[in-house]
Amino acid sequence: MHHVNLVHNIPFFSIFLAMFCGIITPLISNGKIARRVHGAMVLIVGVMSAILLINVTKNQETFTFMMGHFPAPWGNELKAGPLEALMALTFSVVMFLTVTGGSDFIYKEIVPEKQNLYFIMLNALFGAMLALVYTNDMFTAYVFIEINTIASCALIMAKGTANAMVGTTHYLVISLMGSGLFLLGLSILYSITGHLLMPQMQEAIIALAATGEYHFPLLVVTGLLFIGLGIKSALYPFHAALPGAYSAAVPTSSGILSGLVLKSYIILAIKLIYSVFSVEVMRELKIVNIMFVFGLVAMVMGSVRAMKETRMKRMLAYSSVAQIGYIYMGIGLASRIGMVAACFHILAHAFTKSMLFVCCGSMVDECDGKEQLYHLRGAGFRNPLAGVGFTVGALSMVGVPLFAGFISKLYFASASVYVPGKMIAVLLVLAISMILNAMYFLPSVIAIWTPVKTEGEQTHKRVSVSPSFGIAVVLFIAANLTLGIWYHPFIHIIEMGISLLQ
Amino acid sequence: MNHLATNFYEAASVILFGIGFMNLLLQNNLIKKFIGLNIMDTAVYLFLAAKGYIFNRTAPILTDGIIDANYYINPVPAGLVLTGIVVSVSVTAFSLALVQRLYKHYGTLNMDEIMQFAREGEGE
Repeated sequence: MHHVNLVHNIPFFSIFLAMFCGIITPLISNGKIARRVHGAMVLIVGVMSAILLINVTKNQETFTFMMGHFPAPWGNELKAGPLEALMALTFSVVMFLTVTGGSDFIYKEIVPEKQNLYFIMLNALFGAMLALVYTNDMFTAYVFIEINTIASCALIMAKGTANAMVGTTHYLVISLMGSGLFLLGLSILYSITGHLLMPQMQEAIIALAATGEYHFPLLVVTGLLFIGLGIKSALYPFHAALPGAYSAAVPTSSGILSGLVLKSYIILAIKLIYSVFSVEVMRELKIVNIMFVFGLVAMVMGSVRAMKETRMKRMLAYSSVAQIGYIYMGIGLASRIGMVAACFHILAHAFTKSMLFVCCGSMVDECDGKEQLYHLRGAGFRNPLAGVGFTVGALSMVGVPLFAGFISKLYFASASVYVPGKMIAVLLVLAISMILNAMYFLPSVIAIWTPVKTEGEQTHKRVSVSPSFGIAVVLFIAANLTLGIWYHPFIHIIEMGISLLQ
Repeated sequence: MNHLATNFYEAASVILFGIGFMNLLLQNNLIKKFIGLNIMDTAVYLFLAAKGYIFNRTAPILTDGIIDANYYINPVPAGLVLTGIVVSVSVTAFSLALVQRLYKHYGTLNMDEIMQFAREGEGE
């Protein structure tokens, strides 16, 4: 009996636990108990991911976990290193805080008989996202992309209103186009490389690139795969479904979808770049430059559309489009430090946007669901905690120092210095985008802190929020400040993770 | 041109994929939209099945004791097709359930009309 390293079982066990909880949740008819099971599962996964992270950073290693004892190139594999562990930890923490902070919305907006079904979908979604982070097999990635899609559509639809159904249909159609393209690309890639596991694929691709054989199919494949993932992660021209879906869904769902689900596809794209196509081949095929241009366009256009929007949740959705643009821009720089900045922005945006959606949802709720800025005036006084959370999130998105968003923008700017051809474009668009960010976030912050003088006496009646919401928002703010002030360890882990991915 | 003639399965499947994709994107009728989705997925399965088949070989089932791999076709694409079918069945089931609910609420399957109703509902 060979030595079994328990830490190496963590990736598999995390995915398995999430899926298992999804399977047992239908037996629990009470939504509150289902939430506790879900919360416990996410906490356990979070603790395990932290242990994994400490272990892999201490040993500076990545390892592959063989599923079903068939060795490569036949078996299925999971792979984990510092970057994967950090992402799994982030996903667990953000998931836990968003669901804790947003549990009131779930109880209020979803009919009681169906609340447990909501948690099935959350569990499945969490398992699928972890699988996308850890998988080392392309077809497994495809299957989990589809699970991710169905679960996120169900989360949007959970509210059951007409708007939610229309939003879901839109989101579903666009997501399915993305996964269809991914599947076709994957099939062609399989037919020219003969492998499905990432390391073996990479060997074959490097060999093909060296001989120049199948140059055109390779180009088409990269195009299909990255356009597919671009559509799924709502890169600018493919963002059309986001605003409708996010504003119609329960705020908890919107926070998770925008903060985490979009990121899980981007992490897969990053893994494709490093572990499948290799940076040299990507550069040669010029795909990174296309991602760079799309990223820049998204940064500006997302912000412009957000500025025109007067409804809060739609504004946040458009802001997500702009932030996804930042990440693609960082990837498109095709340098190590650009990728570090992109990965850090994944963390920063995950923590910030989820908090924004939860706080915004809480403020909109007290205004009887009216989400126009006009109606939200003074909401910060009525619900101070949500107001402070929203303000912190907005400042972080704009890029004010001490908050998480500032660090990623700083790193994007310094990354551009090393890429002379793209430096001017990056700095210019970064500046424009930050000004635009400020132009739509600051008015909303000012609006929620504007006292309203109405004829009624009880203008600033404080509303009570549940303790779980309070704790979640405080922890979110703490996490944001941590990322913004003590960012060095995170950057260090990301750097190590990226160098180990290659 | 020569390539197209030798790889006619692959060419056909890519054309089918295009038809399905455009249907999914542009079709107004929701049922037809999701039929487009199925055409698109099936096209990929045709592609995979065509790639897995090797002319003059047989299914990889040991009956007459031959263990030589040169005697059999590649079984992996068949496995992928099966997995893919399971995925597309569940996606289709989900979509059709959604379409049914939309129809019950709006009384139409036309996406444009539904969007218009939804916008009117929002404007109130």
